Amino acid sequence: MSVATLAPRVHPARRVARALGDTATITRRNLLHYTRVPINLFFSLVQPVMFVLLFRYVFGGAIHPPSKVPYVDFLLPGVFVQTVAFGAVSTSIGLAEDLQQGLVERFRALPMARAAVLAGRTSADLCRNVVVVVIMTGVGFAVGFRPSGSATAFLAAVGLILLFAYALSWGFAFIGLSAPNSETAQVMSFPLLFPLTFASSSFVPVQFMPGWLRGFATYQPVSVTATACRDLMIGGPVATWVVQSVLWTTGFLVVMIPLAVWRYRSSSR
Amino acid sequence: MTHAITADDLRKVFRGRREVRALDGVSFAVEEATVFGLLGPNGAGKTTAVRILTTILRPDSGTARVLGHDVVHEPSVVRTLIGLAGQYAAVDEHLTGRENLTMVGRLNHLGRTVVRDRVAALLDEFGLTDAADRPLKTYSGGMRRRLDLAAALVARPSVLFLDEPTTGLDPQSRNDLWEVIETLVDNGTTVLLTTQYLEEADRLAKMLAVVDQGRVIAEGTPAKLKADLGATVLEVGLHDHGDADRTMAALAALGPHSPTREGSLVEVTVDDGPRAAMTALRALDSEGITPIHFTLREPSLDDVFLALTGRRAGGGAGQDGTEAGTGTEAGAGTGAGAGTEAGTGTEAGTGTGSEGSGQGASALGAGTGGRP
Ligand SMILES: Nc1ncnc2c1ncn2[C@@H]1O[C@H](COP(=O)(O)OP(=O)(O)OP(=O)(O)O)[C@@H](O)[C@H]1O
Ligand SMILES: [Mg+2]
Repeated sequence: MSVATLAPRVHPARRVARALGDTATITRRNLLHYTRVPINLFFSLVQPVMFVLLFRYVFGGAIHPPSKVPYVDFLLPGVFVQTVAFGAVSTSIGLAEDLQQGLVERFRALPMARAAVLAGRTSADLCRNVVVVVIMTGVGFAVGFRPSGSATAFLAAVGLILLFAYALSWGFAFIGLSAPNSETAQVMSFPLLFPLTFASSSFVPVQFMPGWLRGFATYQPVSVTATACRDLMIGGPVATWVVQSVLWTTGFLVVMIPLAVWRYRSSSR
Repeated sequence: MTHAITADDLRKVFRGRREVRALDGVSFAVEEATVFGLLGPNGAGKTTAVRILTTILRPDSGTARVLGHDVVHEPSVVRTLIGLAGQYAAVDEHLTGRENLTMVGRLNHLGRTVVRDRVAALLDEFGLTDAADRPLKTYSGGMRRRLDLAAALVARPSVLFLDEPTTGLDPQSRNDLWEVIETLVDNGTTVLLTTQYLEEADRLAKMLAVVDQGRVIAEGTPAKLKADLGATVLEVGLHDHGDADRTMAALAALGPHSPTREGSLVEVTVDDGPRAAMTALRALDSEGITPIHFTLREPSLDDVFLALTGRRAGGGAGQDGTEAGTGTEAGAGTGAGAGTEAGTGTEAGTGTGSEGSGQGASALGAGTGGRP
């Protein structure tokens, strides 16, 4: 007969505390990567700064927003959303790398909370997005961005952006867990991101797009969130767009978290 | 007798483009505070068995228990009891050695100070203190491997799973790791290790199971397995291919096992090495054959396979890059005497090795720890 050791009975409250602790450990570890590979953070900041400069100074002269707002005020909220949307690729790449390195295999044999690997990854990406948004706000002000809405509305817009990015992260977590390696994860992510970020109202007003594109470009999640933020930041008819953005975000979270968790559980490679 | 690990009729089929029966009804039991060796060639199913036992993979059918806890139904309990060093080092490239071990300690829910002290002790024991605060990207393969093993020990597991732990280690580090394992077992840890090297299993394991194509094809103590096989292999290298048939005939006369031939190398398993060698030399002499190579050596995994299955193991070295100095090196030791390779550390080579001396803590890999 085998010896049965006493099973440690863990109180539910203790379980939750442990799960949070594990998530914090994994989050910390993922954030450490940014200090070890600063090039990653550099890229996730340089690309949006380039976009701001490109659209502000190169294309900006030729683009005329519908209302009389200066283009820079039209542009910045869009770049915020576009940046965090692109940043979600790093969630899929990071998880694919963890799988590839065999780290996930190690995590599976540890007495840690199952969800911590995913929660820690998406939390780290949320932290990165906070930094990204702060820096971009600075760059925005430097190139003449002058949001006319209230500070509260501005913060609400930032909250909306971060929440949206967090929801997207879970979707891209699913992709990362489904990809055989990090390169494929990246390749799989871009066909989704390009239409979402460019066929959108992030950079240009949609009324100059062909009719068949306009509907998509107006109501897809990146556009909806960009419009909501724009209205919050520079004033406008807020409610409907904010509600739509929150609906998209909630929908993503409700669908993608279980999907990603399911994928994580079943991706025993 | 109490069993720390039991596997009962484990089956696992991987369905992909091609269906692979990785485990086809594997059963074994591991006595507490002993080393159990799973021996088998590439693709035998060793890693699959380890992954099931460590709750990473679910079996299609069959049951497995670790310290009485079912790996499928009570995985979270099992995980608090085990340590795992997988076949490929599972470490975070961007973190330092210390950060890697600390992370594993925290995920095992050990206290902060406990983790700090434990990590420092392990880094020291595995000769990694100098490299502790460098990112793993700067580690050599062997250092990475040692860190991975240290990570498996952070939580002082009662049951330790080591999947080919010495693959990729130099002879010095390998010897040191063997000593670490022996010390752990002396202190009550149960170890399941997989290996492709009979010599390693012989040195460490009290019991062995030989797996092939997802089945256990032999089980017992190393001594028993070798006795079943015939203790030694006599190798005769010929100058002239034309002498091969007559040599085969001369060696066939030695005993129950039939010789095999590969090119100009003829070999046969013999029960009594020295006596067989003398007889063989006399027979060859009377035939007028002078070999260029004449060696008695310990049977290798390959020989076990040949004897058990009648075919060579797994069609070659596979992807794992067999290390120099392990296994058999045909043509290495010429001359008389039992040709156990120097540097591999089996003295006499016949003891079961389970009464390991365990001379305290050893600085694993001290000789290579400082390598950049
Ligand atoms: N995830 C997987 N998907 C498909 N086939 C797999 C998977 N894992 C293992 N296999 C197959 O199952 C068989 C057993 O593999 P396993 O890794 O258990 O062998 P092993 O004894 O550890 O071999 P090695 O000595 O090369 O490590 C092999 O044929 C392998 O190709
Ligand atoms: Mg293996």
